[in-house]
Amino acid sequence: MASSSARRTAAWALGILGAAFSGLALGLEWNLQPAVTRIAADIHDVHTYVMVLVSVIFAGVFGVMFYSVFAHRKDKGHQAAQWHENTTVEVLWTAIPLVILVVIAWPVTKVVVAQKDTSNPDLTIKVTGYQWKWGYDYIKGEGEGISFISALATPRDQIEGRAPKGEHYLLEVDHEMVVPVGKKVRVLTTAADVIHSWWIPAFGVKQDAMPGFIRDLHFRAEKAGVYRGQCVELCGKEHGFMPIVVRVVSQDEYSKWVGEHKKALAAAADDPARTWTLDELKRRGEQVYAANCVACHQASGKGTPPVFPALDGSPVVNGPRQAQIDIVLNGKPNTPMAAFGGQLNDVELAAVITFTRNNWGNRIGDQVLPAEVKALRK
Amino acid sequence: MSAVLDTHGHADHGYHPGGIMRWITTTNHKDIGTLYLWFSFIMFMVGGVMALVIRLELFSPGLQWVDPDFFNQMTTMHGLIMVFGAIMPAFVGFANWLIPMMIGAPDMAFARMNNWSFWILPFAAALLVISFFTPGGAPGVGWTMYAPLTVQMGMGMDLTIFAVHLLGMSSIMGSINIITTILNLRAPGMGLMRMPLFCWTWLITAYLLVATMPVLAGAVTMTLTDRHFGTTFFNAAGGGDPVLYQHIFWFFGHPEVYIIALPAFGVVSQVIPAFARKPLFGYASMVSATAGIAILSFIVWAHHMYTVGMPVAGQLFFMYATALIAVPTGVKVFNWVATMWKGSLSFETPMLFAVGFLFLFTLGGFTGLVLSLAAVDIQLHDTYYVVAHFHYVMAIGAVFAGYAGVYFWLPKWTGRMYDEALGKWHFWLSVIFINITFFVQHFAGLAGMPRRIPDYPMMFEVWNKISSVGAFGFGISQLLFLYIIVSAIRSGEKAPDKPWEGADSLEWTHLPTPAPRHSFHTPPVLK
Repeated sequence: MASSSARRTAAWALGILGAAFSGLALGLEWNLQPAVTRIAADIHDVHTYVMVLVSVIFAGVFGVMFYSVFAHRKDKGHQAAQWHENTTVEVLWTAIPLVILVVIAWPVTKVVVAQKDTSNPDLTIKVTGYQWKWGYDYIKGEGEGISFISALATPRDQIEGRAPKGEHYLLEVDHEMVVPVGKKVRVLTTAADVIHSWWIPAFGVKQDAMPGFIRDLHFRAEKAGVYRGQCVELCGKEHGFMPIVVRVVSQDEYSKWVGEHKKALAAAADDPARTWTLDELKRRGEQVYAANCVACHQASGKGTPPVFPALDGSPVVNGPRQAQIDIVLNGKPNTPMAAFGGQLNDVELAAVITFTRNNWGNRIGDQVLPAEVKALRK
Repeated sequence: MSAVLDTHGHADHGYHPGGIMRWITTTNHKDIGTLYLWFSFIMFMVGGVMALVIRLELFSPGLQWVDPDFFNQMTTMHGLIMVFGAIMPAFVGFANWLIPMMIGAPDMAFARMNNWSFWILPFAAALLVISFFTPGGAPGVGWTMYAPLTVQMGMGMDLTIFAVHLLGMSSIMGSINIITTILNLRAPGMGLMRMPLFCWTWLITAYLLVATMPVLAGAVTMTLTDRHFGTTFFNAAGGGDPVLYQHIFWFFGHPEVYIIALPAFGVVSQVIPAFARKPLFGYASMVSATAGIAILSFIVWAHHMYTVGMPVAGQLFFMYATALIAVPTGVKVFNWVATMWKGSLSFETPMLFAVGFLFLFTLGGFTGLVLSLAAVDIQLHDTYYVVAHFHYVMAIGAVFAGYAGVYFWLPKWTGRMYDEALGKWHFWLSVIFINITFFVQHFAGLAGMPRRIPDYPMMFEVWNKISSVGAFGFGISQLLFLYIIVSAIRSGEKAPDKPWEGADSLEWTHLPTPAPRHSFHTPPVLK
């Protein structure tokens, strides 16, 4: 009785599983993303080849087992044989897998060697992992000198369910990395705080970013488009919220981008010589806060103590300016509080500090000038 | 030898505290085995609830139930508790109960140390749980505890480090006890190559533990001094290297995988021949395959680190060495299938779980082979494909072997039978739900979903929904197991001396059911 109803349940559950698989036909993402580089294509080919091979072996071995399960049953009156050794068979099933491994290893080895060949790049870009965003510095090749920070662009409202989620939810950034199509790009990875990992599935590249060390990877994208990935090494609270977006464009568009980017950067650069009013600084500071601080210290300024302390009512924020500037510039050792000196310019720093000193319950009324920040930079 | 046996004879008539003191002061291998098994099941439930918190948050994209920080604490503690609190103690429990009976010994070699190695565990578990209530909560660094993220954590990290130290001490003491018992207390005539395979797998596992637990202790101690005493083992600014931590951790961590898997192999190697009514095929090659896996496990650790940026030679060496493990593991799988071949099979609950183990563990083994290929691993490292892979070998492999063992030996331990129909229900519910949970994670991983994230892009939603449904189904099904065991102990039918026709090790052939408090006052006579 019980076991027949167990069987019915099994059939029912298999039905659900079957429905799940029919989802594949509906265009669900279930395999490696379409390859855009030679190496990614090679990886996918090797993967398919190995999957087919092991599936055949799996079916063979368990075909034998299930035959036995159905045929060699006590309730069918099958008598047990008593042999328990056979040297020939045992040698064979040790040797044959060895041969299969060699057959698998050969094509894979060629891909591994190609993956590691980062020589002679057309363009070199340094990528720095921060908690929790990426910094890009174009250090060699066309666009040399371009430098920007790239952070999640998905609004908190979408993450916290107050707004419908967009098409590229969690995979969109404010500043995309842009590279020309068909050019060999070498990416140097490093990190400012903890280990991060830079991954673009369509390129078949993934490299950990180690604080204090430089590692590298390379790719040559063969098709223009926008390619998305995420940080894949646990790096603290917002690990799930630091995507990577690379836009691959034609050579002409790339040159245009480089020109425009340099011009735009110059225009957007905050003029440190300018005189700022308290309100202007606060407004600018609010933008900087939303882009850099809100994940930990929260929009309410209440933080999530004790790891991410409140700024509202904080003795540091309500204390001497110099001490607060020092923490924001240089970070606080052994805590997730990063050193923002390398990520933000003097105006941005002055603005965000002014904002925190004059927002929520904090009413200091003073303003931090860019020159003060500049003076305290080490 | 006879002096030892006499002492035990006297103790049997001597001091017998009742109630709770029986369990606190016990030096009896069966009592201690029972303690280990119940402790492990409680931890399995605690770690399981954490897994359900994770699956609840991942049911839908967006943040609904927990904040990302707490989510990280959940993944960390789920891993640590399941590995160190649930799976490892479960198999030490089996070792305690079974090894003395299987080799014809009266008890474990170091009875008092045995008591101590168990009673350290609840304190270690308490430290892990207390860490949630310290400022900053439990560490949110993953069970691998990679530097330098560990330096940013609150004092929960320190409690976790001390817990790992305690767990390590417990494991080392347990292992020394097992090694000594097997090497010194075998009954006359019980040659090493005559021992049940379960004893062999544990002998080799115990050596792995003694070799690797101190390495883990070193890694977490360096983390501790980096946190508090100004050392810079893992900090480049002071001449250290964060990758050093990973090398040390995985030098422990990979053998650890086999510390969990080998005893599971041992259990299955007892269960399958019993229900095939046919001797284990290729006993000698099983022993050498076990040893081969153990030795290889020391030279493959960096396959967990293909993305840290090793040179080509490093990638290739660790890839070849790792793929080699497929050979002895393959031998084991072939031997088990050959044991079933032309047997006289019946499928009581222990056999169902053993066959489930064989099928699903091998599936996890094949995805392991795919992951071993350095080129392919670049796409799969730190994705849900890896999560699926290691849950197939651990959450399915080890746990199913554990269930097979419990159902198999329960009559010997308690003298009572479990409800066979309910046992089958437990198997079918478990095997279906756990596959719903983990099979779809292969697809999420291939499509690019990173592990350890509390929220995910929309394209992974369907896989996560299915997986969460499976997880809750599996979790609830385990309550059925609890019910089956408790009702068997309370009111199960009396078990015959040898409920399994094909079982042939000493605990079945030379001892009554339930097993007497002291197994062999005088060594059994072996032909």
